[in-house]
Order: sequence, then structure tokens, then C-alpha cells
Amino acid sequence: MAQTSDKLIIGGREFTSRLMVGTGKYASFEQTALALEMSGAEIITVAVRRVNLDRSKESLLDYIDLKKYTLLPNTAGCYTADDAVRTCRLAREAGMSDFVKLEVLGDEKTLFPDNEELLKAAKILVAEGFTVLPYCSDDVIVCKKLEDLGCAAVMPLGAPIGSGLGIRNPYNIRIILENVSVPVIVDAGVGSASDAAIAMELGCAGVLMNTAIAGAQDPIAMAEAMKLAVIAGRLSFKAGRIPRKLYANASSPLDGLIG
Amino acid sequence: MHIILNGDSVETKDEITVAELLQQLGISRERVAVELNADIIPKADYDKHLLSDGDKIEIVHFVGGG
Repeated sequence: MAQTSDKLIIGGREFTSRLMVGTGKYASFEQTALALEMSGAEIITVAVRRVNLDRSKESLLDYIDLKKYTLLPNTAGCYTADDAVRTCRLAREAGMSDFVKLEVLGDEKTLFPDNEELLKAAKILVAEGFTVLPYCSDDVIVCKKLEDLGCAAVMPLGAPIGSGLGIRNPYNIRIILENVSVPVIVDAGVGSASDAAIAMELGCAGVLMNTAIAGAQDPIAMAEAMKLAVIAGRLSFKAGRIPRKLYANASSPLDGLIG
Repeated sequence: MHIILNGDSVETKDEITVAELLQQLGISRERVAVELNADIIPKADYDKHLLSDGDKIEIVHFVGGG
């Protein structure tokens, strides 16, 4: 099968699934675990936060089999390079892995990246040996700069985080795909399975989403839909679509028509 | 003595190590990171690192996030 030989390689590690899933906003830890299972994701994002000193509270990791998933700690909520770097260092110490999803936000309302701070943080983290996967604008210049700094992938947004607006500028994603050689992963904006398929059909290496699954009326079913959409989109991209034509082209032979 | 633990002022015994503090809080060292006055304390140092009066300690872990 095409999927088994079509591995995604990030930071020297091989992955079969091209769907990456966030672990926030679920109704319960049980639901999180079931959705992750159904999504087939191998890379899951987590946030770094203060431990609740009330010991009665359960922790997400009590529900997740760490042998099955690669944790990708994020720097959500960081608005400066310094805060993001500090969070990544803590994440590495807590998780003993160099993988980080670097996000440095510019504004609470849009949650758009502050690309200037992002580049600053990426430079420091790459130098410290992190495998950096940056959430960035759908801007080829920023993506090229992140690649040049040594990031292991680039993760341009499809639309604002949690908006569900889909891939708002597929042409920008195409330009990025044509100009960087690290994996391009659409991160943020996906609302439905067709959005995920579109990202994959454009040629993206993967898709990262959280709200589209966690916020769906049935998150478990949506996790499966997303898994299938990413597989279908990837196969469709690899298969090579037909050119778009304005006029019809008959599928049945014209010879042998009864007359 | 007093320490600032995750933003709150907390009373502890004197001569307490990071490992003892975690134990007292019922926190397993495996899945946390500890920052002392903005510097990360490596897990290997938890047993020997003594806290001082007024230290600022952050204990973090992974939670659900996107």
C-alpha cells in the first residue's frame, strides 16, 4: 500500500500518520484518549503549564500511552521569544525530547504569529539542539527564513487558530511548497474533513489540528473522518489529479453508438 | 522558611531539597520540570539541590493543548 512506504520524516524520525492532533478542549481525558486513538495520529501536541498543587486532580498523561505517541509540546500563550524559549527548555526537561511546536503569538484576538519574535526564538532553539516545528504565517519569506535557521518543518496557518475557516489562501501554501524543502504542515484553521484533504492535495506533508476534532459534536467520529481525509488527500496528491478543463470530455466511447 | 511555589507563598521546613519538596507535594519527578529562580534544575540534581528562603520555584507539566 502507498501509505506504508510513504513515511513522513521530521527531525530524523519516521512517522506513518500525517495527521497531528492537539489534546486541548476535550470534554474529558477519556474522550481525548479515544479521539487520539481513532485519529491514528502519532504526534500529539501538549501545552506546558504549572502543576496543580491539588493532588486530587488527574493528569492528561495518565490517560495517554507514551509508547504510542510522540509528544510535541507547544509554546501556546507565549508572546515573546524569551517566554517561548523558556517554555521549550522546561518542556525538554519534563518530556526528555527535543521536539517542540514553537508558537509566538502577536495578538490575543487573532492569535496570528509574531514572526519577528518567532525567528528570534527559532534561532536560539535550533542552536540549543531542539527539533523546532514553528507555527507561522502562510508567508513564503518567513517560511524560507525558518528553514534557513534550521527548523525541522514549517507549519503555516490555513486560517486563524480555532476558526474552522479552512485553507484561506491555497495559493500561498502552494508557493511555500514550491520554495522550501522541509516538510510543510498546515497548522490551524481546519474545520472539516474536506479542509484537511485540500491541505494534503496541495502537497502538504501533514496537517495539525485540535479544535476541528475536539469541538465537533462527535469528536470521536470527527477524528476518524480527519484520519481518512488526510489519507485520501495524500493518495489523491500522489496519484496526480487530471487537469481542469472548461468543457466536457466524454467518458464513454464515441465509436459503436447505435444509429 | 518561605518559598514562592507556582506563584504562591508557601511555608516549608528549612534544609529541604527539590526531591523532598516534590515528594511532600505528591508529585512524581518523571513528568515534571522544575525551575528555580528562572534556572532549570536537572532531574539528576533534585536530591542534592537545597532550597533557600525566598526561592521562586515553578513546577510545570504537560496539559492538553493544541
